[in-house]
Amino acid sequence: MATDTRLPARSRGTGERNERIRRLLTHIGLIGFGLIMLYPLLWMLSSSFKPTAEIFREPGLIPWNFTPENYSEGWTALQYPFHHYLLNSAIVVGGSIIGNLIGCSMAAYAFARLEFRGKRLFFAVMLATIMLPIHVVIVPQYILFAELDWINTFYPVIVPKLLATDGFFIFLMVQFIRGLPRDLDEAARIDGCGHVRIFLRIILPLSMPALATTAIFTFIWTWNDFFSQLIFLTRPDMYTVPVALRTFVDSSSQTSWGPLFAMSVVALGPVFGFFLAGQRYLVKGIATTGIK
Amino acid sequence: MSALLQRGTRPAAAPPAPAGRGRRAPTGGTGRRKRENLAAYGFLAPWFVGLALITAGPLLASLYFSFTDYNLIGDYDFVGLANYERMFEDERLHSSLRVTFVYVFVSVPLQLALALALAMVLDRGVRGLALYRSVYYLPSLLGGSVAVAILWRQVFGAEGLVNQVLAVFGIQGEGWVSHPDYALSTLIVLNVWTFGAPMVIFLAGLRQIPAMYYEAAAVDGAGPLHRFWHITVPMLTPIIFFNLVLQIINAFQTFTQAFIVSGGTGGPSDSTLFYTLYLYQRGFGAFDMGYASAMAWLLLMIIGGFTAVNFLASKFWVFYGD
Repeated sequence: MATDTRLPARSRGTGERNERIRRLLTHIGLIGFGLIMLYPLLWMLSSSFKPTAEIFREPGLIPWNFTPENYSEGWTALQYPFHHYLLNSAIVVGGSIIGNLIGCSMAAYAFARLEFRGKRLFFAVMLATIMLPIHVVIVPQYILFAELDWINTFYPVIVPKLLATDGFFIFLMVQFIRGLPRDLDEAARIDGCGHVRIFLRIILPLSMPALATTAIFTFIWTWNDFFSQLIFLTRPDMYTVPVALRTFVDSSSQTSWGPLFAMSVVALGPVFGFFLAGQRYLVKGIATTGIK
Repeated sequence: MSALLQRGTRPAAAPPAPAGRGRRAPTGGTGRRKRENLAAYGFLAPWFVGLALITAGPLLASLYFSFTDYNLIGDYDFVGLANYERMFEDERLHSSLRVTFVYVFVSVPLQLALALALAMVLDRGVRGLALYRSVYYLPSLLGGSVAVAILWRQVFGAEGLVNQVLAVFGIQGEGWVSHPDYALSTLIVLNVWTFGAPMVIFLAGLRQIPAMYYEAAAVDGAGPLHRFWHITVPMLTPIIFFNLVLQIINAFQTFTQAFIVSGGTGGPSDSTLFYTLYLYQRGFGAFDMGYASAMAWLLLMIIGGFTAVNFLASKFWVFYGD
């Protein structure tokens, strides 16, 4: 590997032993630091199986008095059983993924492959919307959705995705589609294919990696999203997982930290699962576009 | 930057698209061009609707609302600059600005420094790079969630994990999240903890620095520190700049963590009253929507201003090799 040659000249003569020791120390340092970073998460997982009193006494990772009770208690602690909130979150996330995949890929195809009037301007506007903080538009959005009687429905959190308002994903897909060879669409065009068919039959199938990245990021961001769900979903039967957790933490005294931890673990589980399954796309996605 | 952008997305087999090919000569005559125009607007139709109703439209609407007194029930009473004048006397607004600025200007540099340090260690051909990278990246994915904020509230509570560990060493810790002097620091720690995302970007950037620069420097007898300052940092300035802009914009918008840790109040003594949290309280607690809109525009100005300053200043320190 090229990186090995970056060692200073003077260390060359000192033998391989020093080098091996140095590597070992690097690994020990990296592992130690990683453990410190992950410790709070591991501790929460272990604490979710401890009796609540122990959570405030036991900084160790092993649940000596193992009990799954926190989970059964937390599951029913709120007005609705916890799977109700999980289902709501799943609907919001599923709708958002479908919305982003459809809306953003359509816009991306136009920006990446078609020539039209105002293309440069619209592309610049699209890039600018990536930087637009949601807090700046939330009040008029709320007023609009209130007029439509959409507060406490899932529309305010799903419909904007279908309308391709997540410019980040358009950008990601534009970058990807630009890298695809044009020969295929030219050939299809000569054979008399229209844009719709080129988009559906050629561009979309070739864009699977970008679509997968979009789906995974949409899943994680929407699952974690709190601000808009807090504002648009205020009736308990419409609560998603983060909003439900928030009411849980507000209503709980010190005695219910066990169940609270258990439900937090449940809330983080799907994100962790998607992280494991989609690591490849995630790392590529951030390296490409730089957003967490 | 563009080299980095393309590297990640382009499939290995795809040849680079020839430059200038996008602006095609009108081979098929004006009929085809018209059709293409029409097709493009068709594909962009959802985006145009979204622009009008969800992003640009509301952006302009909130500018209008910021000159009104509106509480969702009554009329829009035009009040001129009254909302903006109110900002000058609003102590809580000032304190929320202070809190947010401290948060941004302490946590972002710390986060980026840590990200760069770790990226440099990992870039030295460490075995198991992919695993380390994943482990360090994980907090970036979880850090914005309610669940992690709940965890933070316990970890830095009076009887939380941190104090339990300190107690092992015989130190009696404070209730960090409930002490006005320390509550903000716990949120800064939380942001620094999510250094993984910029670290991954730094790693991608470090890979782009040609090894021959280091070899040449080593032949000339340059030490590690010298190489860091004279090769790594200058070559990496575009990435540093990119991360800086992005993380500042993100940090200004922090909401969830402060909301959960303080139970929605921004306490103790407004020490975690982030700007966005106060905006939420005004807009959706008090339904003082005119004032909240004015606050939203101030936020936009601040973020826009910092981004602009960043771009202007970048001329003096960002080095684009080609």
